[in-house]
Amino acid sequence: MTRFILSRIAFGVLVLFLLSVFVFMLFYVSPSDPARIIAGDKATEELMAQIRANLGLDRPITEQYVTFIGNLLQGDLGYSYRSSMPVSELVVSRIPVTMSLVFGGMVFWLAIGIPIGIVSAKHPGSVRDRLGQGFAIVGISFPTFVLGMLALYLLYFVPTKLGFMLFPPSGYVPFEQSPLQWAWHLLLPWLTLALVVAAVYARLTRGQMLEVLGQDYIRTARAKGVDERRVTYVHAFRSAMPPLVTQLGIDIGLMLGGVIVIEQVFGLLGVGSLAVTSVAMQDRPVVIAIVLLGGVFVVVSNLVVDTTYALLDSRVRTATR
Amino acid sequence: MSLMPKTPAAAARASTEVQARGSGRLTLTRLLRDPASIASMIAILLIIAFALCAPLIAAWTGHGPTEQFRETGLTPEGIPVGPNSEFLLGTDQLGRDVLVRLAYGAQVSLLVGVLASIVASVIGIAIGTISGFSGGVVDTVLSRTMDLVMSVPFLLCAIALVSVLGPSLSLSIAVIVFFSWTGLARVIRGQVLALRHREFVEAARSLGASRTSIMFRDILPNLVVPIIVYTTLMIPAAIVFEATLSFLGLGIVPPTPSWGNMLADAANGSLYLVAWWMVVVPGGALLALTLAFNLLGDGLRDALDPAAVSKGKRA
Repeated sequence: MTRFILSRIAFGVLVLFLLSVFVFMLFYVSPSDPARIIAGDKATEELMAQIRANLGLDRPITEQYVTFIGNLLQGDLGYSYRSSMPVSELVVSRIPVTMSLVFGGMVFWLAIGIPIGIVSAKHPGSVRDRLGQGFAIVGISFPTFVLGMLALYLLYFVPTKLGFMLFPPSGYVPFEQSPLQWAWHLLLPWLTLALVVAAVYARLTRGQMLEVLGQDYIRTARAKGVDERRVTYVHAFRSAMPPLVTQLGIDIGLMLGGVIVIEQVFGLLGVGSLAVTSVAMQDRPVVIAIVLLGGVFVVVSNLVVDTTYALLDSRVRTATR
Repeated sequence: MSLMPKTPAAAARASTEVQARGSGRLTLTRLLRDPASIASMIAILLIIAFALCAPLIAAWTGHGPTEQFRETGLTPEGIPVGPNSEFLLGTDQLGRDVLVRLAYGAQVSLLVGVLASIVASVIGIAIGTISGFSGGVVDTVLSRTMDLVMSVPFLLCAIALVSVLGPSLSLSIAVIVFFSWTGLARVIRGQVLALRHREFVEAARSLGASRTSIMFRDILPNLVVPIIVYTTLMIPAAIVFEATLSFLGLGIVPPTPSWGNMLADAANGSLYLVAWWMVVVPGGALLALTLAFNLLGDGLRDALDPAAVSKGKRA
C-alpha cells in the first residue's frame, strides 16, 4: 500500500518536473524580451542590460532554472513583470474565485448528472431515458462559452430590459462578505459549467448502472424482497461508483484550465482569467506559476483518486506491484 | 420420384433469395435505420457544402469575408445591424457580413476538426498497437508517456505554448493533436493486449507470419470498430478545442474568420447583448456541427457493434 502510494507520488513529481522544464524552455525560446516588457519601448540599452542582470536573465538557462526551482521550493515565485507584485500573492488572490466556481459547479453537475443517469438506467428505452440521453448528447456537444453567453443574454439581459433583475451581471462577491450575494452571482456560471459537465456523468452513470443492474446479486436482492429503492441506491449504485470517482478526479484536476472560458464569459477574475491576461501581456513569471499550479491540481487530484481506489479495492494495490 | 427433383430446385431458388451481405453493407443498413444518424449525416453534408460554397456565397452577396461595410452594415451609433435583406444574418462590430464569415469559418472548423482527429488517431493507433503488441519495457515507457500527456493541464499549456510561438492554423492543429491521441491509444492498447494471445494470432504465428504481418493483417482489422467510432467522436472535441483557442484569441489570426473568433468578437465588450445574432449564428452553427458528429459517432457505434445495442438501447 505504502509502496503503491509512493510510486504514484514519484510519478506526480515527475509530471511536475517535466512541466516546469517545458514552460521554462518555452519562454527561453520565446522571441520576446522581458526587459523590454518591464522597461517599456523607450528604455535605453543600458537600462535593459541592468534589468536582465537583476533578473538573472543573462545567465545560462540551466542556472536560471536551478535558481527558479530553489526559490520555488522556498515558496518564492518571483515578481510579476507587469504589476511588480509578488507572483504568489497575485495568484493566491485569484484562487477563491476559481475554487468557488469549480466546487460549486461540481455540486451542481453531480446533482444533475447522476440522477439523470440512474433514471435512464432504471427505465432503458423509455421516454425518460430518451430525454436523459438527449440531454447528455446536447450537453456534451455544447461549447461552454456559447452556453454561457446564451445564458447571460437570456437570463440577465432580456429580463433586465423587461425591467426586473433575475440574475446579476458578471462579477464576484466574496463569500465572507455576503454568502447570499456570493451564491447569486455565481449561480449562472455554476449552472453553465454544470450542464456541460453533467452530461458526461449522466452517460457514465447510465452505462455503469445498466451493467450493474443486470448482475446476479441484484436479482438475488430483489428475490429476497429488498425494497427496489434500496436495491437501486444502495446495492447497485455503490458498485457503479468507482468509475464516477475516477472521472471526478480527472475533471477536478483539469478544471483549473477548464474554467478559463467561463471566467472569461462571466467576467470572473479567477486564476484562469489571470492566465489569459498574463499570456497576452507576456508576463512570464505569472504564466509559469499558473501552469505549475495547474499541474499540482492534476497531480494532487489523481493522487487522491488513486489512494481512495487502492483503499477501496485490494486488486488495484496488488496489480501495480 | 416425381417429387424429388422439385426439392433441389426449390432449395436452389430459395438460396438465391438469401444473399450474403458484407459487413459494410449490413452496417450501412443499420445506420440508415436510425433517424438520428441520417439527420446527422445530412447536417454534416450540408455544413460541408456550405463551407465549400463560401466563395460562391461571397460572390452572391457581393460581400467579402473581411470586407467592412461601415455605411450600410453599422447603425449611425456604430452598432451592428441585425438580419435584413442585405445582410441575411446581420453584421458584426466592423460591419462585416456574418453569413459570409460563417461560411469561411466553417472551412476552418471542418479542416481543423477533421485533420487534427485523423492525425491524432493515426498516432494513437500506432502508439497503442506498438505498446500493446511489444509489451515489456516498450509498453511501460509508452504507457507512462500516455499517463504523462494525460496529466498535463492541456488548456493552460496550450495557451502558454501558443502565446510564445504565436497563433497560427498549423500550431492549433499541432496542439490539438498532441493532447488528443492518448484516449484512442489507450483503447487500442487494451484491445491489442486482449487479442494478442487469441488462437488466430497464435495460428498466424505458427504459420511463420512476421510480426508486422500479424499486426497489420490479423490484429488491426479487428480494431476497425473502435478506430472509426473514436475518430468520429474526436472530431467534435477538436472543433470545440479550436473554437476555444480562437475564442481566447490564440487560434486563427483575425481578420480571417473562424467560428471561435467570431464568438470572441461577440463577447468583446459584451457586444452580443445588443447584437444577439453575433452569438446565436456562430454558436448555433458550432453546436449543430458538434452535435451532428457526436450523434453520428453514437450511431456508428451502435451500427458497427450490434452487441452494444442489445446491452444499451434495447435492454
